[in-house]
Amino acid sequence: MNTNKNSYIFIYATVMIVIVAVMLSLASLLLKPKQDFNIDVEKKKNILSSINITAEAKEVPDLYKKHITAVYAVDANGKVMDGVDALNIKLKDELVKAPENRSYPVFEAINKEGEKLYIFPIQGKGLWGPIWGYVSFKEDLNTVYGAVFDHKGETPGLGAEIAQPDFQARFKDKTIFDETGNYTSIKITKPGTTAPTIHNVDGISGGTITSNGLGLMLKTGLENYIPFITTKKDSL
Amino acid sequence: MSNKEPLFSAKNLKLLSGPLNLNNPVTVQVLGVCSALAVTVQLKPAVVMAISVIVVTAFSNLVISLLRNTIPNRIRIIVQLVVIAALVILVDQILKAFVYDVSKQLSVFVGLIITNCILMGRLEAFAMANKPWQSFVDGIGNGLGYGAILVIVSFFRELLGSGTIWGYQIIEKTGLYDLGYSNNGMFILPPMALIIIGVIIWIQRSRKRELIEKS
Amino acid sequence: MEHLLDLFVKSVFIENMIFAYFLGMCSYLAVSKTVNTSMGLGLAVIFVLGITVPIDYLIDNYLLKPGALTWLSKDFADVDLSFLSFIIFIAVIAALVQLVEMIVEKFAPALYNSLGIFLPLIAVNCAILGGSLFMQEREYQTLGEATVFGIGSGVGWLLAIIAIAAIREKIRYSNVPAPLRGLGITFIITGLMGIAFMSFMGISL
Repeated sequence: MNTNKNSYIFIYATVMIVIVAVMLSLASLLLKPKQDFNIDVEKKKNILSSINITAEAKEVPDLYKKHITAVYAVDANGKVMDGVDALNIKLKDELVKAPENRSYPVFEAINKEGEKLYIFPIQGKGLWGPIWGYVSFKEDLNTVYGAVFDHKGETPGLGAEIAQPDFQARFKDKTIFDETGNYTSIKITKPGTTAPTIHNVDGISGGTITSNGLGLMLKTGLENYIPFITTKKDSL
Repeated sequence: MSNKEPLFSAKNLKLLSGPLNLNNPVTVQVLGVCSALAVTVQLKPAVVMAISVIVVTAFSNLVISLLRNTIPNRIRIIVQLVVIAALVILVDQILKAFVYDVSKQLSVFVGLIITNCILMGRLEAFAMANKPWQSFVDGIGNGLGYGAILVIVSFFRELLGSGTIWGYQIIEKTGLYDLGYSNNGMFILPPMALIIIGVIIWIQRSRKRELIEKS
Repeated sequence: MEHLLDLFVKSVFIENMIFAYFLGMCSYLAVSKTVNTSMGLGLAVIFVLGITVPIDYLIDNYLLKPGALTWLSKDFADVDLSFLSFIIFIAVIAALVQLVEMIVEKFAPALYNSLGIFLPLIAVNCAILGGSLFMQEREYQTLGEATVFGIGSGVGWLLAIIAIAAIREKIRYSNVPAPLRGLGITFIITGLMGIAFMSFMGISL
């Protein structure tokens, strides 16, 4: 057979493309639920670890059901929004919108001791790319109960340390409002330069830009929740 | 498939062992260094990467060898690329579904298997002219040779850089930290991968003098 | 504007294709024996990266991404074709390289004589596909960013290959241990250059 005839080449290419396309679409369809499940589990795992519950992937769905009591979105004025799938809000997409159109997810949880907690997701920029995390607060909406951060590609051993549990443990019991109720956020300070207070945390030596990005992310990220926090406090 | 010679004849075994040693795709044929060195910081992603490459080389060799008499010469490269790309997408989808955390670490480097020169090199040089079984074995051999380098490099980088093997704290167990030993953060950085390969080449060529380049 | 300049500097020096990600090593090792040929290949890489990254950006954003097809009809909001991105990107690259080769041959024979032999090599250069994949992974926001990133990565690659070629030309007169000669020493030098390039990380942008 002459394999160099134009008609042959054309038919050959068409058949090949159809076969490949069918095969790939099939594989994608079959594996999609499993992939989505993985993404879902990872998100829930992060949320859980912000209230200091570490879980294996298998236990995540059950633990999530047990500990997360409510998921809802709030708007820029702190009002709870109806009919929004808060778990699937992509914070990164929200942050590029105009402030009045944004919606911020809020997670309510109870820990093993039965205390009520609030979890706020935050999103920011490190040295190389995005960093993100979840911060959980006690019922006073001031004291940090736990925090978890992750990153896409910070320098291993330096900026990437923000994902380490012992760094994240430094945030426990810090507060984001001072005695008079002014918002201070939690500052990331250069290690050894500032006396430790209730509003600051030592950054990572050698990971200055990542630390600064983390500080900025906390400041702007939690600021978005202030209207919500105020309304919540008033109703207490 | 050839009926006259056994499946694992001496010749076929040589296809398998050659790339591990005298004909290593990375250190001797200088193919496919590109895509994967960035994944050698830890052993686990390196092993997953190695397995992915072996699967893709073996099956793309097999498919192309089966099709070799029907492929129109003029669109040969495109056909090869499509076969490779389709296999890589399959591997990527499977990794995402079953070992999600590792696939996150590998990020774009799974996709870059497509342009790994080993693949195109073996397809052109071997699979287009040989029977399916030999091509399959040749693919596994070359994938293994490539994987071996990845595993060696990542072994040293993880051990010296993080003090762990496969995530286990090896150095801590031996008590070296108490004697004043500390991890060498240098090994985590990308350039050390190149230097380790340089040293591997050095050792390999000192033992097999015939590989030394004439300048 | 300043933002684009940052991105350019970052993609040339800090996230250098060769020293930080080892992309395009095959041709980097094979063609870096003399400065002249390296220059030719490097220019071709800039050229192709500068074209393919923006085109792949458009394809990714208007065809492949989840919800990218909404400009056709609201019904397609849930369509996610991103699993096809590898195959589409490589096809675009292969086709474009072919096209560029034909255009250059026809309209600029002089350029073709110096660049032409490298163009086919480039279709399978990992740096090119890598450029498109990084563009997708890092989710650049605008076409401008994608273009700057593409060209910047190309310039970084050119810089790397010219530097190594110059060193290899000189090192021919040095007494390198025999087993290290050629490939071995090139790897080690690239590693050392990579360490030098890491100092650019300190630049805050």
